[in-house]
Amino acid sequence: MASKDDIKFLSNPTIGKQSKKYCRFKKFGIKHIDYKDSDFLLQFINEQGKILPRRITGNSLKYQKKVAVAVKRARHLAILPFVTDLLK
Amino acid sequence: MKHYEVTFIVDPVLSGDEIKAAEKVYEEMLKNEGCTIVHVDEMGLKQLAYSINKRSSGIFYCIEFTSDSGTVISKLELALRRDERIMRFLSIQLDKYGIKYNADKRAGLIGKVKKKTKGKQEEEAKPDSSRQSASKAPAAPPAPAPVPAEVVASEPVEEPIVDAVEETTEE
Repeated sequence: MASKDDIKFLSNPTIGKQSKKYCRFKKFGIKHIDYKDSDFLLQFINEQGKILPRRITGNSLKYQKKVAVAVKRARHLAILPFVTDLLK
Repeated sequence: MKHYEVTFIVDPVLSGDEIKAAEKVYEEMLKNEGCTIVHVDEMGLKQLAYSINKRSSGIFYCIEFTSDSGTVISKLELALRRDERIMRFLSIQLDKYGIKYNADKRAGLIGKVKKKTKGKQEEEAKPDSSRQSASKAPAAPPAPAPVPAEVVASEPVEEPIVDAVEETTEE
């Protein structure tokens, strides 16, 4: 009766397997980052409104620069905040 | 021939006609300067992320236009700066990808960017659904089990006795 879902592992088998980070812009062929699209830009800032570093987002240098410019433009137009708490 | 895009925030305290008039002023101005207007995007009333001039919301407009010379921009920016109805503005030059992105957005492809991220979420969601279906398949044999249980519940008088009898016989 025991199906595959019922089998419990003593240790979590997914722990220790780091999935490799990738640049989503390269992977999905996104060429332009819209500064008016706040929902998209929210993925690249932390809950204080700071731009996340490349080592966390996995962006390539080319697109990280574009993300940074887009976030800064959005901040100027009050689409994103300069400083906050609990943004997410 | 260069593509430009100017986004500005109009004061929301003005009446509807005044807001439209404020936007029309700059559209007309650009036309008089010999620019061709590609598209005027009215993004409507939006909450601001922080207050500007003690206003917590604003009406966003985005005008995309092409121009032969960049001298229009300085004139436009000066006019925007002098206008009290305008709370904030940003003018940028679009590259070829930006032009394509805006064209796609207008065509209803709604920003490649969003679609791609949604597609990614769907991809993430798909394995879950397959897992669910996989879990459903093994779950199918146990599924009939609750049905007799319900029958038992509906007929509590007869069935438990039978069960009890069976158990006693087995023992």
